Amino acid sequence: MSGEQPLGLGKSPLMLSDFSIVTSLGAGREQTMAALREGRSGLVRCGFDAIPFKTYAGEIAGLDEDSLPDELAGFDCRNNRLAALALRQDGFLDTLAAARARYGAQRIGVFAGTSTSGILQTERAYRQRDPLSGKLPAGFDYARTHNTYSLARFVRDMLGLCGPAFTVSTACAATSKVFANAARMIATGICDAAVIGGADTLCATTLFGFHALDVMADEPCRPFDPGRRGISLGEAAGFVLLERAGERLDAETVLLLGTGESSDAYHMSSPHPEGVGARLAMERALGDAGLEAGEIDYINLHGTATLVGDAAEDCAVAGLFGTGVPCSSTKGFTGHTLGASGVAEAIICALAIRHGFVPGSPHTRGVDPAFRSRYVLSGHDARIDRVVSNSFGFGGVNCSLVLGRAT
Amino acid sequence: MIRFYIEGIGLCGPGLNGWEASRPVLAGTGDYAPAPINVPASMLLPANERRRAPQIVKIALAIGAEAFAMARRDAAGTAVVFASSGGDGDTIHEILHVLASPDRALSPTRFHNSVHNAAAGYWSIATQSRAASTSLCCYDDSFAAGLLETAVQTAAAREAAALIAYDVRYPAPLCDARPLAAAFGVALVLAPVPTAASIACIELELRPGTLPPPAMGLPELEWLRRGTPAARSLPLLAALARREETCISLGYLDDMVLMLNMTPLAASPDSHEA
Repeated sequence: MSGEQPLGLGKSPLMLSDFSIVTSLGAGREQTMAALREGRSGLVRCGFDAIPFKTYAGEIAGLDEDSLPDELAGFDCRNNRLAALALRQDGFLDTLAAARARYGAQRIGVFAGTSTSGILQTERAYRQRDPLSGKLPAGFDYARTHNTYSLARFVRDMLGLCGPAFTVSTACAATSKVFANAARMIATGICDAAVIGGADTLCATTLFGFHALDVMADEPCRPFDPGRRGISLGEAAGFVLLERAGERLDAETVLLLGTGESSDAYHMSSPHPEGVGARLAMERALGDAGLEAGEIDYINLHGTATLVGDAAEDCAVAGLFGTGVPCSSTKGFTGHTLGASGVAEAIICALAIRHGFVPGSPHTRGVDPAFRSRYVLSGHDARIDRVVSNSFGFGGVNCSLVLGRAT
Repeated sequence: MIRFYIEGIGLCGPGLNGWEASRPVLAGTGDYAPAPINVPASMLLPANERRRAPQIVKIALAIGAEAFAMARRDAAGTAVVFASSGGDGDTIHEILHVLASPDRALSPTRFHNSVHNAAAGYWSIATQSRAASTSLCCYDDSFAAGLLETAVQTAAAREAAALIAYDVRYPAPLCDARPLAAAFGVALVLAPVPTAASIACIELELRPGTLPPPAMGLPELEWLRRGTPAARSLPLLAALARREETCISLGYLDDMVLMLNMTPLAASPDSHEA
């Protein structure tokens, strides 16, 4: 093989030059950070779509009454509305306009992630099928709502970009993996910068699907608790502008230092019991960053509060990092936001670095005594320089990110 | 510009039963016999999984296995990019149908099969691969997006990577909103450096602008190319079958083109068939 070295992030990290977020904790970085500090969870009793079972979810208020600008009206669905809401937060549109002027619209890629895109639109259309012909109602726009690519296409159009684009849909690791897509595209010169992120919103497919799998709690989820009873779903959207770390680095700048991806080769909907794939993803991310496990200050766990998932991740984390690195799952704040969880939690990590704050784990009363990792129950101030953020999904797909302080 | 080498090809489509058998048709030297898609049973899956797996998964596994066998590469250590314009329409339809019914009780298996990365999950289990995979969608341009991502992976990691691109038709009533011509799958194993298995060198360039898409000579294949996103690979496959130095343009979104400068390599595929 070639003697050339892989184009890893270790020697040429990217910076998160801006980011925006909406979860059930609120719209924008400030509300998100305030909720993390207060330990305020966004999980409430879920009444979405008149579901006939009891569960809690991190639902975003106001999306039903929202709309899209006229020129984007064909994309109208809950998922793209949430994406638009996130793009409008935190001055992200202004940052993007400046980046577009600096690089040119053709040099900025869009790599978005989602699990279910706008399938809610098709769920509704199926309930309005013509009783005689079985046809879907007129005006149903599959390409711009339900199709998985709808999201990246919508973001590209809304931001006026014309660089490379696609949607990654790898279940709950989708918006974690787009960091790696963007890093490769920039490293190989296909683009100079990239907008990455994505959105996932509540729909009957996931509510009834996770219920059928018997992994959904009838209470707010309690990650790493010995009495945990499964997941709570949530909605989220988040976007990040990634570009080469240049001269403009300050104490606020957060860098993408490494990405690591793996597959479990085990089961379609259960993780490897010892977290073999999860550990591989973390090891590869550290390798990409050129860091040792001992240099990590905080781990944002996937931690969905399923019995097997949390146990497997604890095994992987304790095996690689030992028992001393503070870690927590923020799913008790936001619920499991599925394909959006990767970017939402990467942004929570970026906020943790900026504000010197380790997030806690609302609803978790105690840590499973069988676990060995150092799970943090209550948020507290602490300097954090480097973090790992984990995302794992159906199909045994795993992705870990390493983020860090620039100076 | 990214340079990569093609080591293996897998193909499954109507009247196209594998790469070797389809080469004469694609090269224009053999007759095309229209026939429904015939997906070979994948020996990668255990017998009960082989029966239960959705058609889209069977296609992905069959073409992936064919391409890796031709490349003589271990699938377990190779990253794979899966690309599909809309995933598993049959499974999605079943779920939507149940959700529109009064009891809304989903099958858990159907739910986990509905994810866009289902084929990637089955592939990882079947090949025991813990290598990275991604599963992407770019609507009609999913093959171009997948090829770009795979080429970028080989260039960034300096390692081989495979593309497995596939589409299946949507059942009624979704097929009215999203009509596709036929089920179709194509797999390519790419390497960043030439090896004994390399059959062609491709220099890929992403350019702004548009170019008229290359048409297939045979009307049936042109119908397939126009009607199924994964079959937009056909002009590239035809060039590979003809073993001619040529440049193929592949439309990507409405405003870009992937230019593929293809040079066949002296080592013909026949030399390593045994």
